[in-house]
Amino acid sequence: MAARRRLVSALLVFLCASSVFSGAESQEATLTGGHRAAAVDDPPTDTERAEQAAEQPAVEERRWEATEVEEATPDEAAGEKQDTSAPGTAAPSSAPQPKDDFQEELVVRPLHSGDIYASFQFRTLWETDFTRENKVSHYRLFPKSLGQVISKFSVRELHISFTQGYWRTMQWGQPFLPSPPGAELWVWFQDSVTDVDGTWKELTNVLSGIFCASLNFIDSTNTVQPSASFKPLGIGNEATDHRFLRYATLPREIVCTENLTPWKKLLPCGSKAGLAVLLKSEKLFHSSFHSQAVHIRPVCEDRQCKTTSWELRQTLNVVFDLYTSGQGKREWSLFKMFSRTLTEACPLASSSKIYIDVTDNPQGEQFELSPATALLSQAVVLGDRRTFSVYDLTQQITFGSVRSLNLLIRWKSTEGDMLRPLLHAERYVAGYGLQTGEIHTLMYNNHPYRSFPVLLLDSVPWYLRLYIHTLTVTSKGKDNKPSYIHYQPSKDRLRPHLLEMLVQLPPNSVTEVTVQFERALLKWTEYTPDPNHGFYVGSSVISSLVPSIVAMDTNSTLKRPLFSSFFPCKEESSFFVRIYTEPLLVNLPTPDFSMPYNVICLTCTVVAVGYGSLYNLLTRSFQIEEPSPGLAKRIANIIRKMRGVPPL
Amino acid sequence: MAAPLTLLLLVAVTVRAALFRSCLTELIAERVEVVSPLTAWKRGKGAPAAFSGGVVLTPLIIYLFHFLVDYAEVTFMLADVITAVALYMAVADYNKQVFRKQKYALEADRYPLDCLELIRSPKEMYYIPLKVAMFYLLNPFTILCCVAKSTCGLNNAIIALFILTTIKGSVLLSAIFLSLATYQSIYPLTLCAPALLYLMQRQYIPVNFRRFSFWWFIAQYAFMYLGSLFVLVCLSFFLLGSWDYLPSVYGFILSVPDLTPNIGLFWYFFAEMFEHFRLFFLCVFQINVFFYTIPLSVKLKEHPVFLIFMQLAVISIFKSYPTVGDIALYMAFIPVWNHLHRFLRNIFLVSCVLLACSALFPVLWHLWIYAGSANSNFYYAITLLFNVRNFPCNRTNTKLRRRRKETREAEAVSRTERRHASGTSFRFLQLSYAKQTELH
Repeated sequence: MAARRRLVSALLVFLCASSVFSGAESQEATLTGGHRAAAVDDPPTDTERAEQAAEQPAVEERRWEATEVEEATPDEAAGEKQDTSAPGTAAPSSAPQPKDDFQEELVVRPLHSGDIYASFQFRTLWETDFTRENKVSHYRLFPKSLGQVISKFSVRELHISFTQGYWRTMQWGQPFLPSPPGAELWVWFQDSVTDVDGTWKELTNVLSGIFCASLNFIDSTNTVQPSASFKPLGIGNEATDHRFLRYATLPREIVCTENLTPWKKLLPCGSKAGLAVLLKSEKLFHSSFHSQAVHIRPVCEDRQCKTTSWELRQTLNVVFDLYTSGQGKREWSLFKMFSRTLTEACPLASSSKIYIDVTDNPQGEQFELSPATALLSQAVVLGDRRTFSVYDLTQQITFGSVRSLNLLIRWKSTEGDMLRPLLHAERYVAGYGLQTGEIHTLMYNNHPYRSFPVLLLDSVPWYLRLYIHTLTVTSKGKDNKPSYIHYQPSKDRLRPHLLEMLVQLPPNSVTEVTVQFERALLKWTEYTPDPNHGFYVGSSVISSLVPSIVAMDTNSTLKRPLFSSFFPCKEESSFFVRIYTEPLLVNLPTPDFSMPYNVICLTCTVVAVGYGSLYNLLTRSFQIEEPSPGLAKRIANIIRKMRGVPPL
Repeated sequence: MAAPLTLLLLVAVTVRAALFRSCLTELIAERVEVVSPLTAWKRGKGAPAAFSGGVVLTPLIIYLFHFLVDYAEVTFMLADVITAVALYMAVADYNKQVFRKQKYALEADRYPLDCLELIRSPKEMYYIPLKVAMFYLLNPFTILCCVAKSTCGLNNAIIALFILTTIKGSVLLSAIFLSLATYQSIYPLTLCAPALLYLMQRQYIPVNFRRFSFWWFIAQYAFMYLGSLFVLVCLSFFLLGSWDYLPSVYGFILSVPDLTPNIGLFWYFFAEMFEHFRLFFLCVFQINVFFYTIPLSVKLKEHPVFLIFMQLAVISIFKSYPTVGDIALYMAFIPVWNHLHRFLRNIFLVSCVLLACSALFPVLWHLWIYAGSANSNFYYAITLLFNVRNFPCNRTNTKLRRRRKETREAEAVSRTERRHASGTSFRFLQLSYAKQTELH
């Protein structure tokens, strides 16, 4: 314990000192070219441990190469211009690197609720150009199916995610990679695409086949073109004409094994080796949150962006529930979570690591981690400096004498306070009855003294008719006028409503956005098979640059763990966050589905009655007729007729 | 005569103003019987200036809303007042003509004895215009429409002005108002037949297809009508800068994409329709409005004002998004033919059904939409009943027609008979007519 305490203090001291020099150190490190250099060559002895730990961040940093120069900024809230100038000087990474590179990584973060969050990231980088004339035909690590999709449909960026369950921000904090429940797909096409809608339609159908998902249900009624919320994450986002962007969600999509299997097939090692052996569907889908995603984007290979490469990032996030899968015992292990242990890294991977978040556990008072590792790493992620224990799977030593790694986390205490997420949002439908309703979106700014702007994107299906003039935005009981509103009204059976606005959230406040809507009655064939279950409305997307507590690492040329490098940041004081609200489940009035024949018959009868009466009126000719004679007279006439006398 | 009308207007405006101030406004504005997607103020208010779909109000109305958004209540009350006054003046003018005709006929002794009861006394006729205005202004349906700010009130005002200008014999204004009404919703197009008949009757142009004057008049009217329609359409184009509103508004009226429940026949029928029969039935249903114009014009060519009434009734039944405001307009004309009420069939039943339906609409709507204890069939049943009720109204007219025809035939049959029998009551009527003429 004393050793650990020394370790941490030494580490803190080192950080203060090294933060100034880190840039220089990293350059120096890259110049040595030892990117595959082992972090630890020998098992550290007890006496050396403290010093080694103190060295560790530097060692770790040294290992992060300057491969990425400047990733694109995500959509900034204010839509500011992005400076593409890469900071720092040139870092020639001209070492004879293979043209493609594969990294894998698993981050485990014990959550305060007792749940555990595991995030897999697999990154394939390939220095090639799918858009050039001659077709790329030789594939090594990059999956051919996706490569062909990119070149055929002139895709510039593709982001697709399948999620089961809803990420509970207030209990779990921010995820490394946010995703809405159901399926989400957003694609930037190259400027050369002329018929974007047609290409989009084809692309969704192809992806539907690749991922075994119902993406073919994406059509014009659930596709929008956000004007500000989804900026390209890769390079070349200066020309952001949102005509080339398509965004769609399928909130009802159910994610299961048949989506996981094709996703795993895209990995170079499949599920045969490396971290992917842990991905067993019987465990993964027995969890409270599961999200798998594929992100394809072009990134810079060096600082000047002379060469670009394509990045394929496959991520899988899963939250295991304490009570359903932990059987009530506050104890986690890889075997318990995934029913597998690790025996080797993927042989094709240049790096293969497991990070365990131990920030809240510096002294081991929260939980106990075994086997213990001496490797520590620090990363600034989501506006917070986190400390991780690192297990490098490329080192045989990690697996120990049993040749298998089974990480074990044993909880010791249940207390502990989670840092409240600075930005948090929720949404619900208010009102009763099936005629009208009101959508409430609540956005919480938990920052004590900073206000920041957020971009809210709402895509509402056409069958909820939004009354945009009833839109109100209030914070702290006062009207908060959005500085930018982009509203595209819906067209029946053609396109959804799109509402985007930029709202400034005052510090420590709740901002409420309400808008009223009317529910439409649909044709009986347009209802889902279970109409009384309701209709899903996709999540609102809230994108924001949130003020950071610690200085963010703007130097994206540094090699960082994958989980901290997805959203590039361009200023130290804030970091990019995207959060998704709950999808809504809205009931619509339904006709009686058993009645079509009856309704047709009855209505036609009524129309026929109307027609008949008019026809009667129009065609009848009128005669004067004598009032009919009384009975006596008629009898008399009959008698007179028999007598041969003229009637009366 | 102006005093009672002023009083009536004051009462009507007071009632509306009181309702505007009450908490019922919101409730009424959401009633599907009162507002349809085509007439909902709520939709117009939310409409963006750039017409990019999702809005089914005509551009001129949207611009009107933009300017009058703060004076909406006054505008809608004014529209009702204009309608009432226009109807009042139109009916007064029409009655004068009827009176003159009757007078000539009486003097020429052309009426048979047994149709004495059909001849209106001047005293009756004196109050008819006021009754018409009252039927319109104090009709609960109209009041609801006004309080809900349904643009149906504006459409009614335009149609009333069209009727007034037609009856006054102003060809140009009649064409202009007709084009305005057509521009608002396609259906008033069928009113051009009665307008033509009336104007020709007034200018003593025989309705004869072989006559040049007949065709020349039709060409004139069509020119004025199409010209003003063209101006309106172009004006809308220049206001919006695109033609998007044409498919958006008129496509909406004709293809019935919005199946929000209303009092008409379309919504449930097309919600339950099999997809491949949809177009066919759409045509069948839409043709109903336009088709009846031809036989009705042939049959009623002597009575164009009655034809207007019939057309309004047919439109209010067969239009794709009817509201109670449309029914209120044709119901306002009922006093004009009050001397024929003895020929109405099932008058008690019909009025009971009307009352029952009006009460049951909100009840069953609540049960379906809010309580969840009924389903759509309940509401649909009431709309069916309501529409069946509307047809007997027509059937009453059948009776009326029969009587009129009888009158004419009776003329021929019993002309000689008539000469001898000049009953005292008949003589009295003639006398009162004479007196009235002096007054006039």
